[in-house]
Amino acid sequence: MLLLKDETNSSTTDFLLSAYKYFNVDYPKFYKMDNLCKLGFLAVELLLKERRIAEAYSPESIGIVFSNASSSLDADLHYFESVKNIPSPAQFVYTLPNIVIGEVSIRHRCKGENAFFVNERFDAGFMQFYVQDLMARNRVKACISGWVECLGAEYKAVVYLVESHPEKGALPFDIEHIHQIYEIANGEING
Amino acid sequence: MADLKQQIIAQLNLKDLKPEDIGNDQPLFVEGLGLDSIDALELIVLLQQEYKIKLASAEEGQSVFRSVRTMAQYITEHQPKAV
Repeated sequence: MLLLKDETNSSTTDFLLSAYKYFNVDYPKFYKMDNLCKLGFLAVELLLKERRIAEAYSPESIGIVFSNASSSLDADLHYFESVKNIPSPAQFVYTLPNIVIGEVSIRHRCKGENAFFVNERFDAGFMQFYVQDLMARNRVKACISGWVECLGAEYKAVVYLVESHPEKGALPFDIEHIHQIYEIANGEING
Repeated sequence: MADLKQQIIAQLNLKDLKPEDIGNDQPLFVEGLGLDSIDALELIVLLQQEYKIKLASAEEGQSVFRSVRTMAQYITEHQPKAV
């Protein structure tokens, strides 16, 4: 489903700001985030728009597991630029990939297990195994998971919610369906 | 003080705010503008970049950054004089 299309060839920063305004999100701290955090934050906003997980699960039972290819390199490069003058503390705090998990956790009050993995490509098998294992060991009852990648002009976020008590009509949590979600988002399958 | 407010807004990315939204004596931290510890570091950078002023100690920051007025006073008292 196409929600917003960038036809102006704008920068990643401009596009994310447009999306923030378009979806009418009210969260002033958004402006301070780096692009990776903005991307992950917005993706999860859309994911949870129709599903209030805070009402269904305790904060301690909601986990987050993300992965990407470029880690925090986008923020690292911006920080590197600032170091040539006076280093920016506000940019420095984003020079770790898992900060996006922190931003989402603060927003949605998630206090369960979390992890950020860096892989060259999205590994549906590994992500399924890891989240399934967290659920099997009762470490989480719901988990926001997926791929949040941003480097320069290239960005992509594919996020999904895994639940121990899913709503009616939810897809089974297996590798095949994770692949399907990822490929639909990638435009490789007409969904 | 309007210029200083504009600089604070730009440095801290407070894009929802206009200079007139910030009171001269409004507390900058906690109950006022709600700034945090990273913002405090950014204000130190602002003083260095824009006014060539370095705070003597971290403790000094608590009184300097109490409000826009206290910041402006500190800048006026400590700005290097043009040769």
